[in-house]
Parts: sequence; C-alpha cells; structure tokens
Amino acid sequence: MRILEGEGVTKYFGGLAAISNVDFHVEQGEIFGLIGPNGAGKTTLFNLVSAALVLKSGVIKFKGQKISGLKPHQICRKGIARTFQSVKIFANMQVRENVLLGALFGTSTTMLSADAAREAAELLDFVGLSAMSTIPASELTLVDQKRLEVATALATKPELLLLDELMAGLNPTETAEAMELVTNIRAKGITIFMIEHVMKAIMGVCDRIMVLHHGEKIAEGTPQEITTSKKVIEVYLGE
Amino acid sequence: MDITAFKSKNFLIPGIILFVLLIALATLPLYVGLYWVILVTAILMYTILTVSWALFSGPSGYLSLASAAFFGVGIYTSAMLLPNTGVVLPLLVVVALGGVISFIIALLVGFLTLRLRGIYFAIFTFGLVELIKQVLIFWEINITGTRGRFIVLVDTHHVFWIMLGIFVLLMLTTYFFRRSKFGLALQSIGENEEAAAHRGINVTMVKVITFAISAFFMGTAGAVIATKWTYIDPYIAFNALFSFLPILMAIFGGMGQIYGPVIGSAVFAYLEETLLTKFPYYYMLTFGIVLVGVILFLPGGLVGLIQRLTRRKRKGGVVEQNANT
Repeated sequence: MRILEGEGVTKYFGGLAAISNVDFHVEQGEIFGLIGPNGAGKTTLFNLVSAALVLKSGVIKFKGQKISGLKPHQICRKGIARTFQSVKIFANMQVRENVLLGALFGTSTTMLSADAAREAAELLDFVGLSAMSTIPASELTLVDQKRLEVATALATKPELLLLDELMAGLNPTETAEAMELVTNIRAKGITIFMIEHVMKAIMGVCDRIMVLHHGEKIAEGTPQEITTSKKVIEVYLGE
Repeated sequence: MDITAFKSKNFLIPGIILFVLLIALATLPLYVGLYWVILVTAILMYTILTVSWALFSGPSGYLSLASAAFFGVGIYTSAMLLPNTGVVLPLLVVVALGGVISFIIALLVGFLTLRLRGIYFAIFTFGLVELIKQVLIFWEINITGTRGRFIVLVDTHHVFWIMLGIFVLLMLTTYFFRRSKFGLALQSIGENEEAAAHRGINVTMVKVITFAISAFFMGTAGAVIATKWTYIDPYIAFNALFSFLPILMAIFGGMGQIYGPVIGSAVFAYLEETLLTKFPYYYMLTFGIVLVGVILFLPGGLVGLIQRLTRRKRKGGVVEQNANT
C-alpha cells in the first residue's frame, strides 16, 4: 500500500523552481531514501510534506487522503513526524519534557499525562537517553540531540517518519549506531522516508531510493539500480 | 515542570504559609488605616498587571506592550457603566465585563498579529494602545459629546477585597497554567516555534488563548481601580506607562519563578510610592538608578539574588566537593 504519494509536486522560490513536477510514492513499511546534490530540493520536499511550506501546485496524499493544505500540527496528528537538518529541540527544557510534548500534543487521541510520561520514558530508553532524562536538552552532545529529536518525533506516534540528514556530522561509530536506530524504528512498524548524504548508510538501509537534481526527479529504484545508473553517476556520485 | 509533583506532602507547609498570608491580607482593613489599604490595593493592581503580563510574555518570548490597552479597556468600561449619575450596574458585573471585553479584543488582535515576531509584534501591540485611545477620543468628542467621565464613589474596602479576589484568581490560574500541558506548550513555542508546530501543537491557538487570558485579568484590574480615580478620560485610561511598568516590574523581580513578578511588583510599587512621597522631585531619578542597577547586577532579578544567596548558604562546607562537578 502507498502510505505517501505526491503527484506533480511543485514549489517556486521567486522565479526558481525548487521542486518541479515531482511524482513520488512511499510504500508502507519500507525505508525510502532521498538523495541529491546540495540545493537539489530534498529538504524543500520534506517541508512540503510536513506543511512547513505551502505547495504551488500538485497534491500530496497520506494513506490515500489529501493532506496538502493542512497546517503543520494537523499533519503531525495525522501520523507524519519529522526531524530537521539543523536539530530543532527545546534547548532550555528538560530532555524528558521535550519527548513529553510530542506525546501530549502530537498524537491523534488525547493522552493522559501519566500515560504520556510512561511513553516518554520508554522512548528515551529506546534511543538510549534514559540516564539524561532530567538535564536540559542544550547540554546534550550533537548525536544525543539528534537522538532526542528522533524520540520526540516518535512520541507523536507517527506511521511515517521523515528523517532529514540524521547522520550528518556524526563520526563512523555514531553513524553505525544511527543506522541501527533507523532499522529498529522500522521494526516497530514505522515507515521511514530519509534524506541522507552518507552513501554507505543510505545504500545499507534503504529499500528504494529517489534522486533529485535541480528540483527534478532523475532516478528512482533499488540501491543497486541507483549505483549503476549512468545519469546518477554523472550528476551526483561521480566516477 | 513535574507532573508527579502533585504530592500533598510537598505542598502542606507552603500551603499553610500561603493560607495564613492570604488570611492576613484579607483581614488587613480591620487593623490598619485607610492609607495602607489604598497602598496595598495599588500594589495588588501592579502585581496583577505584572503577573498577567508574565503569564503570556514570559514563556512565549513575545514582548507584549499591549498591557495599557487592556488595562485601559477595563478602566473605560467602568467609566461608561458606573457613572456618578443615573443607572449604575453592580461593581462585580462591571469588573467581569471589563475583563470579558479585554478578552475579546485580545482574541481578535491575537489572531491578526501573533504571526508577527519579535520587534514587529512589540510595536504593533504598542500601537494598539494608541489606536484604542484615539478611537475613544473620536467617539467621545463626535458622538457622545463628552470629554471625560466621572465615576460613582465606591467603598475603599470593597475595592480592596475585589482586587484581592482578582489577584488570588490570577495566581491560581498562573499556577495551574504553568503546570498544565499548555504551559509546557507555550514554553516550547518560546524556545522554537517551528519545532513546536511540527510536534502537533496548534501554536496559534495556544498563543492567542493565553494572550486573551492575560488580557482578561488586566481588564478586571482596570475596571476595579477606575473607581478610585473618580475622573476618567481616554488620556488617563490609556497611559503608555502601564505598558512598560509591568515589564520593568517583571524584570525587577525575575521571571524564572512564579513568585518573581509578584515580589518584583510589590517591592517596585512600594518603592515608587515611598520615593514619590519622600522625594517628589528626585523619585524618577532614584528609581531609574535602582532599575539600572538591578538590570546590570542582578540578571535573574530579585528572585535570582535570593536563589544565589540561599544556594551559597546551603553549599557552605561542601563547596570544594562541588567545585569539580
């Protein structure tokens, strides 16, 4: 089943087409990768799906239902959560309060505060931040801030998780841990749509990959197909 | 915020102290003179303005300069509904109306302007004070043909008790709001509004409703205090000073804790009164120096100072142990 679908998705910044007429779909339960050179429009596409930006034309559907035109908090409650390329956490709040917020506001049903607290504790355990639950989020290292952001996103009980460069700025060990985290999230039954520059990571975990270049889709397929595609090698991977 | 903190044990002693303090305040008119009752009423009024300003602007980081507008709406409601001749509505009804009208204006203004950020929001809210003032002046001159209004005399003790009632209601509201999930949401908006929206928080709604609640209390305070001013015209009701004083008082007291704005406004208002009576010509100067001193040397306000002192005292012997951590 297609959990997320975009038809003719287009967005202009001034006269520049950041995304032009892109069709894409994400299957339920898969890990779908999005790659492309800088300025290709990857984050713009995420912003369109999560309603941080408004579409110029085209339509985006979630589980067959049109979601373009909704507000960010409505998208979140429908079951799409995202993380940001530059980590966005609530720096002066405690780690557990960050996650608690997601659980209290992001789910489609209202949750009792005791349930939300339990949920938050479980998620902190899941991403390995249990020991830091009461310190301010600003005191975490970058990798832990990224883990926290993922936990906060998961607290909203998403069916689809958009990860924007989860591995950027991480060292090889941390990258391996992040890859493991991604597969663990999928094992929970959550579909993943991720932007990534670390080729080893994306080729290792993704089921399918889409390549953007200058706002246009130039390729789509399994990691195998992408690495052998002439056009992709030409514009992105290099010889 | 700690949801599990609702344990009766932790609340018993502070609860008793607060209750005794409240009883002492409520029975104040029985054993002090009229001067003190009027002074405490004024202090309560400043406290209400400051605490309700801090309720919204503290966590959200939106610097509102609209306090004078909502306060003035309350004052003018009283001026219109409590004339010194003719039909007079019950004071409590007028006070509630003053609050409700402020609440509604804040809702409308909030939906229009809370998308503005930073300095733009501050300037617009300040413009609101001027806008309402000018509209009222136009209305009074061209339509009703009056320049100002006299208000019916109300017993000083009644005014005091109503003001105290509003204060208690406001403190309870603030206390429970800060501990509720909406308090947490407003704080997250102050931290990172975009991230808050993407975590499922209806940021516009949370901001507008809180803004309106804070306006409600400012309106009620205005409606009560107007009865002590006897003569009201738009220039008196919409005095820009009432937009700035709450901010100064909140900074003076420190905004990190719920009692910061309370202490700040109480000390500030008392200081203002004493300085004004003792040194009528130098009071603004002295006042300014005190304020500059507080901002320079006490970044956390009076509460920050108290916390620093108690922490130093508590550490005492174990300073070396903590030095490494």
